[in-house]
Amino acid sequence: MKAHKPSTTEELIKTAQALRWEVGTELHDAAIESMYREAARIAQRVVSTKTAEPAARFDRTLDRLLTSRLFGFPIMFLMLGVVFWITIEGANVPSGFLSQLLVDTVHPALKEIGVSVGLPWWLNGFLFDGMYLAMAWVVSVMLPPMAIFFPLFTLLEDFGYLPRVAFNLDALFRRAGAHGKQALTMAMGYGCNAAAIVSTRIIDSPRERILAILTNNFSLCNGRWPTQILMATIFIGALVPPHLAGAVSAIAVVSVVLIGIVFTFLVSWGLSQTILKGEASMFSLELPPYRPPRLWQTLYTSVIDRTLIVLWRAVVWALPAGAVIWLVSNIHVGGQNLAHHIVEALDPVGILIGLNGVILLAYIIAIPANEIVIPTILMLTVLVTGITDVGSGAGVMFELETESATAAILHAGGWTLLTGINLMLFSLLHNPCSTTLYTIYKETGSAKWTWLSALLPLSLAFIVCFFTAQIGRLVGIG
Amino acid sequence: MGPLEQCEVCPVNTQSKLQRLGIDVGKYDYVVALAGNPNVGKSTVFNALTGLRQHTGNWPGKTVVRAEGAFSYEGKRYKVVDLPGTYSLLSTSADEEVAREFLLFGQPDVTVIVVDATRLERNLNLVLQVLEITNKAVVCLNLVDEARRHGVTVDDRGLARDLGVPVVPTAARSNQGIPALLRAMADVATGVFICKPKRVPMDSPKLRKAVEELTSNIEKVFPGLPNARWVALRLLEGDQRVLEAVTSGELGRLTDRTVARGLEFSLTQEQQRYESTQAIYH
Repeated sequence: MKAHKPSTTEELIKTAQALRWEVGTELHDAAIESMYREAARIAQRVVSTKTAEPAARFDRTLDRLLTSRLFGFPIMFLMLGVVFWITIEGANVPSGFLSQLLVDTVHPALKEIGVSVGLPWWLNGFLFDGMYLAMAWVVSVMLPPMAIFFPLFTLLEDFGYLPRVAFNLDALFRRAGAHGKQALTMAMGYGCNAAAIVSTRIIDSPRERILAILTNNFSLCNGRWPTQILMATIFIGALVPPHLAGAVSAIAVVSVVLIGIVFTFLVSWGLSQTILKGEASMFSLELPPYRPPRLWQTLYTSVIDRTLIVLWRAVVWALPAGAVIWLVSNIHVGGQNLAHHIVEALDPVGILIGLNGVILLAYIIAIPANEIVIPTILMLTVLVTGITDVGSGAGVMFELETESATAAILHAGGWTLLTGINLMLFSLLHNPCSTTLYTIYKETGSAKWTWLSALLPLSLAFIVCFFTAQIGRLVGIG
Repeated sequence: MGPLEQCEVCPVNTQSKLQRLGIDVGKYDYVVALAGNPNVGKSTVFNALTGLRQHTGNWPGKTVVRAEGAFSYEGKRYKVVDLPGTYSLLSTSADEEVAREFLLFGQPDVTVIVVDATRLERNLNLVLQVLEITNKAVVCLNLVDEARRHGVTVDDRGLARDLGVPVVPTAARSNQGIPALLRAMADVATGVFICKPKRVPMDSPKLRKAVEELTSNIEKVFPGLPNARWVALRLLEGDQRVLEAVTSGELGRLTDRTVARGLEFSLTQEQQRYESTQAIYH
């Protein structure tokens, strides 16, 4: 027996190669054809269909409407607008409640405990004014909008709407030289950019996958929604009578989303004309049937999977950020605290692009997580402008039960409508958070692409804000 | 829902045998792989089995990394691996690679192929490909409720006859058919039921001859390999990954079940990369 046996794998491979020559290249097609023919044969035997059931007709009608050339996009923006409107209108009350609980009640209690167990003032301040308050702020600002936004978004997803969005956007993506599936990863990015970067694995071609990765940043992630919503409410909603404020703010946020999509296309197109040249590959996108969303399950998964995980991350990063904020405002150099020096140094650049030094410093502190940008900005603004009637000392994050209180601080800090608009644009365009960058590095395995995906959006943010500032000052809103 | 179906979805009925263990994989007796096209409800089946609440979404390509969970059924512990949804095991996009790699080198004790009853023909393409790789499989004919809504009925017994593996109709979203699925899975995993999976004959005689010759050669080098014919086809097509597995002897290890079990399976670099990225989210 042993003599006849091909003794080594080498011989086996040689045989395989010889046979490969014999069968030629038609093998792949032939094998697949046999398989497809067999599948068709079996399916024909076992499947029986009654034509035109009402449910199937309903699906088809709905598809024709949702993906129609005329109504597809308007319906998409309308849905998005309604979701934001509900989020903006609904988040105020629970936010106020949470901040009252965590900041007004628990914070003084913690400080008292700190005093009673004999903590030195700096440790007490570092722990409770720095770390605890940063965390409390993040929870009260972020939890309510997330707890409203994510379930609504998940319901749309469960119903089967996302593939229709992808279908609508497919032609545009292809014209930009990108993969149609990028619409799906883009939609994922509205939840979390890091998760969306992983989901780009559904794109087969490396070129198109890199495009999807590099432009995913232009999908506002949940860490940035609160910034957008707050800025829209304070600076844009305030321009119209109160009963319209919610709707107008929602429209403003939808516009930012729209600008993000435009940038996704422009940047994809630009890259596919230059460093990522190539043809868009074909793919077939299947439109799954509409399914009645499962309400309770959706609520459960969107709270557990999205809201709490995201919130947890924000809290984890808020702790060290709170500590850093407390430190820069309590370490004094030459009679002024560190924060003051840094803000002064950054101010010229900040003002040039229609922002200010405080915002830039806040973005540096908040590189680990976009979620804490707004709390950081508010704290630093108070510090620099020297407002005395809020907060309780240097580096202390304070309570802001109402948006008007936030607005008052920002106005005192010299903010204008232009600052608000530019912050919205900067928040949309600037570099991704460090978790996302790390994920990009892991997925691409390349430092080059990682750097590019940080620097490309950042420079775009600076350029766009610069020009917006010039125009804004010309028309007199700055 | 008829009275029998009500019994099926009642936790009191299923609890007696099924114990969901969530992510507590620990030691296990059998490995279950969940394969299928995108968006057919694999994650829903996964959740129904393990009691986990992996995020499910109504769009193709939601799961791109493998998720693991566990359950215990009739005193045996099963590890469940939810593979990314794929249309085929032929091309080499990252998610298809993960699925194929696991089916081939992970050597699951039973592979549950979840198929969409409303789109059976296209789903069968993948089923036939999976059946080339493994001979221990169960077809989970999912979404029968939706099929009914669309006026589609599938003869599941006929399908089981044609495929040579058990076929269980389910509506995993509402837990229907899960007890029967568990029964079938356990029977295949424990060897009570021996599958005779359909292997598609080659239409071209020249090809058939080449495949036969190479298959018998492979069987000589790797006696007991469950998917020699599939390996032959891949080699004839010049599949680099399979070629590598042959040269490195990785394939040879699969022939000895006990050794394969002891080694777990060797992760390729690709997969290790996936796992580390997965770690960020968990």
